[in-house]
Amino acid sequence: MADREERRFAEVSRDSVKLVAESAGVELADDVAALLAEDVCYRLREATQSSSQFMRHAKRRKLTVEDFNRALRWSNVETICGYGAQDALPFRSVKEGELFFIEDRDINLVELALATNIPKGCAETMVRVNVSYLDGKGNLEPQGTVPTAVQSLSDDLLKYYQQITRAILGEDPHLMKVALLDLRSNSKIAALLPYFVYVISGVKSVSHDLEQLNRLLHMVKSLVQNPYLYLGSYVRSLVSSVMYCILEPLAASINPLNDHWTLRDYAALLLSHIFWTHGDLVSGLYHQILLSLQKVLSDPVRPLCSHYGAVVGLHALGWKAVERVLFPHLPAYWANLQAVLDDYSVSNAQVKADGHKVYGAILVAVERLLKMKALCLSQPAEGGPSSQPGSVVGAMGYRVSSPGLSPPPEPLSEAALGIASHLQAGGAGCPWEEWTPVPLPAMYCELYSFFGDSLAVRFSTGPGFGSYPACTPAQPGDARKEPPGLTSNPDTTRKMPQLTANLNISPRQDGSPRTDPPPPSLAATGSGRSLARSSSSSSSSSSSSSVQRSRSSSSRSGQRSAGLSRDVFPKARFTSPQTGPPAFSFLIGGRQMGRRCQGRRPFQTTFAPTPSIPTIPPRAYAHKLPVIGRVGKPVRRWACSHYSLHLPL
Amino acid sequence: MAAVQGSLVEEKDIKTEPSNDGGGNNNANDGRVLSTSPGSSASSGSNKSTTGAPEDQQTLLAVLQFLRKNNLTESVEILRREAGLPEDSLDPKGGDSSGAGSGSAAGGVDLEGVDASSLLSRVTVSSSAAAQAPNKAEDQPDVNVVLSAYSQQGDPALYEVYYSGLKKFIESVLDCHRAELSQVFYPLFVHMYLELVYNNHENEAKAFFEKFSGDQECYYEDDLRVLSSLTKKEHMRGNETLLDFRTSKFVLRISRDSYQLLKRHLQERQNNQIWNIIQEHLYIDIFDGMPRSKSQIDAMSGSLAGEAKREANKAKVYYGLLKEPEIELPLDDEDEEAENEEGKPKKKKPKKDSMGSKSKKQDPNAPSQTRIPLPELKDSDKLDKIMYMKEATKRIRLGPDNLPSICFYTFLNAYQGLTAVDFTDDSSLIAGGFADSTVRVWSVTPKKLRRVKSAADLNLIDKESDDVLERIMDEKTASESKILYGHSGPVYGISFSPDRNYLLSSSEDGTIRLWSLQTFTCLVGYKGHNYPVWDTQFSPHGYYFISGGHDRVARLWATDHYQPLRMFSGHLADVTCTRFHPNSNYVVTGSSDRTIRLWDVLSGNCVRIFTGHKGPIHALAFSPNGKFLASGATDGRVLLWDIGHGLMFGELKGHTDTIYSLRFSRDGEILASGSMDNTVRLWDATKAFDDLETDDFTAATGHIHLQDNSQELLLGTYMSKSTPVIHLHFTRRNLLLAAGAYNP
Repeated sequence: MADREERRFAEVSRDSVKLVAESAGVELADDVAALLAEDVCYRLREATQSSSQFMRHAKRRKLTVEDFNRALRWSNVETICGYGAQDALPFRSVKEGELFFIEDRDINLVELALATNIPKGCAETMVRVNVSYLDGKGNLEPQGTVPTAVQSLSDDLLKYYQQITRAILGEDPHLMKVALLDLRSNSKIAALLPYFVYVISGVKSVSHDLEQLNRLLHMVKSLVQNPYLYLGSYVRSLVSSVMYCILEPLAASINPLNDHWTLRDYAALLLSHIFWTHGDLVSGLYHQILLSLQKVLSDPVRPLCSHYGAVVGLHALGWKAVERVLFPHLPAYWANLQAVLDDYSVSNAQVKADGHKVYGAILVAVERLLKMKALCLSQPAEGGPSSQPGSVVGAMGYRVSSPGLSPPPEPLSEAALGIASHLQAGGAGCPWEEWTPVPLPAMYCELYSFFGDSLAVRFSTGPGFGSYPACTPAQPGDARKEPPGLTSNPDTTRKMPQLTANLNISPRQDGSPRTDPPPPSLAATGSGRSLARSSSSSSSSSSSSSVQRSRSSSSRSGQRSAGLSRDVFPKARFTSPQTGPPAFSFLIGGRQMGRRCQGRRPFQTTFAPTPSIPTIPPRAYAHKLPVIGRVGKPVRRWACSHYSLHLPL
Repeated sequence: MAAVQGSLVEEKDIKTEPSNDGGGNNNANDGRVLSTSPGSSASSGSNKSTTGAPEDQQTLLAVLQFLRKNNLTESVEILRREAGLPEDSLDPKGGDSSGAGSGSAAGGVDLEGVDASSLLSRVTVSSSAAAQAPNKAEDQPDVNVVLSAYSQQGDPALYEVYYSGLKKFIESVLDCHRAELSQVFYPLFVHMYLELVYNNHENEAKAFFEKFSGDQECYYEDDLRVLSSLTKKEHMRGNETLLDFRTSKFVLRISRDSYQLLKRHLQERQNNQIWNIIQEHLYIDIFDGMPRSKSQIDAMSGSLAGEAKREANKAKVYYGLLKEPEIELPLDDEDEEAENEEGKPKKKKPKKDSMGSKSKKQDPNAPSQTRIPLPELKDSDKLDKIMYMKEATKRIRLGPDNLPSICFYTFLNAYQGLTAVDFTDDSSLIAGGFADSTVRVWSVTPKKLRRVKSAADLNLIDKESDDVLERIMDEKTASESKILYGHSGPVYGISFSPDRNYLLSSSEDGTIRLWSLQTFTCLVGYKGHNYPVWDTQFSPHGYYFISGGHDRVARLWATDHYQPLRMFSGHLADVTCTRFHPNSNYVVTGSSDRTIRLWDVLSGNCVRIFTGHKGPIHALAFSPNGKFLASGATDGRVLLWDIGHGLMFGELKGHTDTIYSLRFSRDGEILASGSMDNTVRLWDATKAFDDLETDDFTAATGHIHLQDNSQELLLGTYMSKSTPVIHLHFTRRNLLLAAGAYNP
């Protein structure tokens, strides 16, 4: 019965009563303490009950500290001060003993007093009217829009609003810059937020005008960066506008001369920025975004530029999103893409060019996925004993797939924002619950089966050092060591055949920095095929009658970890400007311990982990990414690359 | 307790005698619940009429005892002399007083004959059945008396046996009786539990509670929660819920057959413990006829003290509307011109005549025009009435096929907490009460709010000019909204006067404030409720207003009296909402004891008690014709009541959270309900009323069969954008206005 009682009420233990008594300098006998404890409990419940009526009459659902204090006051008990803050007070626990307390931080009063950014009072309470239902039918205004009564603003604000919108959407780029700058730093525009959001939601009406779309996106960026604005649920509206730019087959994209790809890239980066900085304002936002991206991706009717948007969107949301949405979708999607890419007819040229865009975007996304996955696998081992040549990298795969181990923490900034929490908030019925991470080796082989060597290029070892100056291989402390006992893992008995090929190819690729790797379709038919074949035949037992199958079967071993050797895309996109490139790098040295491949020469891979999140996308990336497969513009670098393959025939 | 009540009764009798108008203030001083001022309370008048019955004598004795206890010897002396009691009559009877005063005493005074004009100047205190003083300090001496009834010892171990024995018996009786007899469980359970607690059988009490609390009806859950936290005798002291339960008899309505069955069983078994409780703490209202079904019982039960006694709802209620004052309806210039232009000037005339003749008919159910004194209409009021009639001609006729448009007034940035909203009748102003103690008034029309100029500035204006009324207004400070500062606690109730000159606000600080909307300053602070005042409302005719609060008393005030004119006590818990009947002769109060009471303003008597809600009542609305009442509670249900017959006739289920606002359309066809669940729902009131008339209401039993037709009656559900609906208002043209604060 005692525990029943406990379930029903909060109990104050007799020890607590004794403690309090002691602190007041009174010694209490046990029985007295017990009686007191019981009485305290009763009084607490009584006060709680009477406080609830203050809540009811205030027409609230949430009981506040104020309500409780009122109840205390009316029963002639001193009120409790110091808990009036609106924010929830988190309980902290002390590790030793079961003690919980509320953190009471010191506040530097001097700093507070001399602070220059004096907080302004909240906006004035006001009444707004809107006709919600006319003749009992329908909402005149759809959810999320803003009443059009702009004139109800104060004159100054109204003027500001007009000036800003005129400047941003106007012709003068300098004026626009000034306006955006002010929008980013002005602290008094909270009241205008709904109107700006409304303006931004106008993206749908200017989908023919890339310039305007760009300007609106810049406006979003400025609003998001304004530290004085609380976006609240407007985040949803902003996100939907940005998503529109990412995903919709814009009217502007009909004309191949329009560089809507840049817009999509920029919007995707903006999306990730909004999400990482304001994603906590709307629960389930992450999940919703993923769902809509997934929907687009899985819809074959959508044009390729929409798919491209979905891919760059996922990429911008982080490798976890890529892993969860793009990767499982890839097999199904691949067939469609391949069909497009394989079609050499003249009428298909434009579509095919788009297809290459998508292909390139997917490639970038999965590469980073691989890299980050490998990186976060290796991170737990950090600080371990220094690397030992001969340890087997393939054991990493074992580590991931072993059920007892908790998944690796997300690296760096991703961890802080907690994707997992958003996924939990996503609610039931979503496929996330059943989702199990694919071990890295399996993932790699699957991806390899699609991309072939164009993927493997990214794992090349040699150029990685050269092209990435930030990483110094002189930090052995970061390197990981695998106990040799794990090598009995069946996965590791298989050999990665393509390694040699990588080494062969990479110097050439490196020589032409702006190239795109040959698409797999071509690889399968052209030179790539022979490469793949040669590589697979070098060690694999399976026949290579089907390239795909042979690859998937032969390349199951999992020592693929990511290296950042590729400089096809400027590396700046991976480095966050605030944090700077982290200085650590590590070395994976090892020796293939497979039964067949004993005695192979040891190999080394260098990782150069970089912060995964492009918090503020460098413009360079946004402008350069679309180079892949771009046909509408004069192509300058074809001479030194494989772009000849992309030429419309 | 009874002593307290006695004093109320006595005082009232005395007060009603003199009809001199001069003594208003003097009397007002005495209008407390407990008359602690010795001199005047018993100084005048005679009370021969009340000394006749032995019961009254007992009451008198109780009063005397009380006065003596408070060392009011002079009063004792005077009262004793007046009553003609021997000097020693007081001494022997000590504890008897607890049983006295079953409630009918209060009703014995008929004020009908009293000259109505003297009413305003007199302050009387009335009480109904189980009148209770809210004054806790003075409760204490009586608590022991109340609780001492529990001191009879039974074997604590046998309580479970008794209870389960009865349970077994009731489960074994015929189906038709079982539902009725099951009503006994809850009060028995509570009383037995309290007896155990009172006699310090803590563990037995806990075991008893564990074992049987699960059997109780789910709608008693809240009370059971209070009960379960109470395990010590010391806790019982000062627990109001408990005292209420003790002092009021739990009322059960049981058919004669079922009752006989129960009685026979208990006597056969010699089950005195239970029989005693039934005798002492339960009031069994026996009726002849068919036993009621479970659903019938469930519809009516749920209140803190059982159902209403049938005779409590027998009094005649004049629910009809007062005759509208005859106003020369001047033809609207514009209309007239327009019609002249169109060449049909004659149409207006017959229309007007028909309207006039209609209003001349006297409703047989209406109170006489002068039953309570009402303020005379001023010229401005007449103008407003004319405006009203004009608007009324443009009114949209609503119905199931013609639903009203809804305008939502959203309070933005109301971080401090919006607690109350009111619109003026002509929908020109909106006021909000906030948890930060402020009252804010907004103009809904483009016309800005202007205050009268300061005295210095007023001296400067030309008083002879024609537009002097314009000139006295300060144009410089005109603004869309004004803030009224004065309260020191959250403002829970707010009400505009019908003439739009005043605003009332009631607050947690225990006061009601009257604000002028000409100067936007506070005029009066009415102090009387010493506890939070949950609600207040102006009478539809102005001048009077009603308030109710945590002290469980509703008070009737007049704006020019700083003391209440009437105090309506009888509720066993907080009075949560108060409303005036359209004819101003009655007020209705809803309470967290889950009952609704209708009070006669003239006599102060409780004339109706409605039970059936399963949670505190937070919204009340009279239909425009005054016949019906709608009530909404935290249980999310709307109940419809017929005032004339004192019966429930409809139950509207649909809301999922507390209903904070109810309003009938101007013609009474549509009932709108607004709730915490962010929806406005519209109900077909006409259909609900029609269904009522087909029923045979003459059946004296008053047992209603509620058909579950909520879905048929529900005309629409309208979502707001995460804004709880805390106020609803139909404009004169039947546009529905809703208000609430946006909660992001």
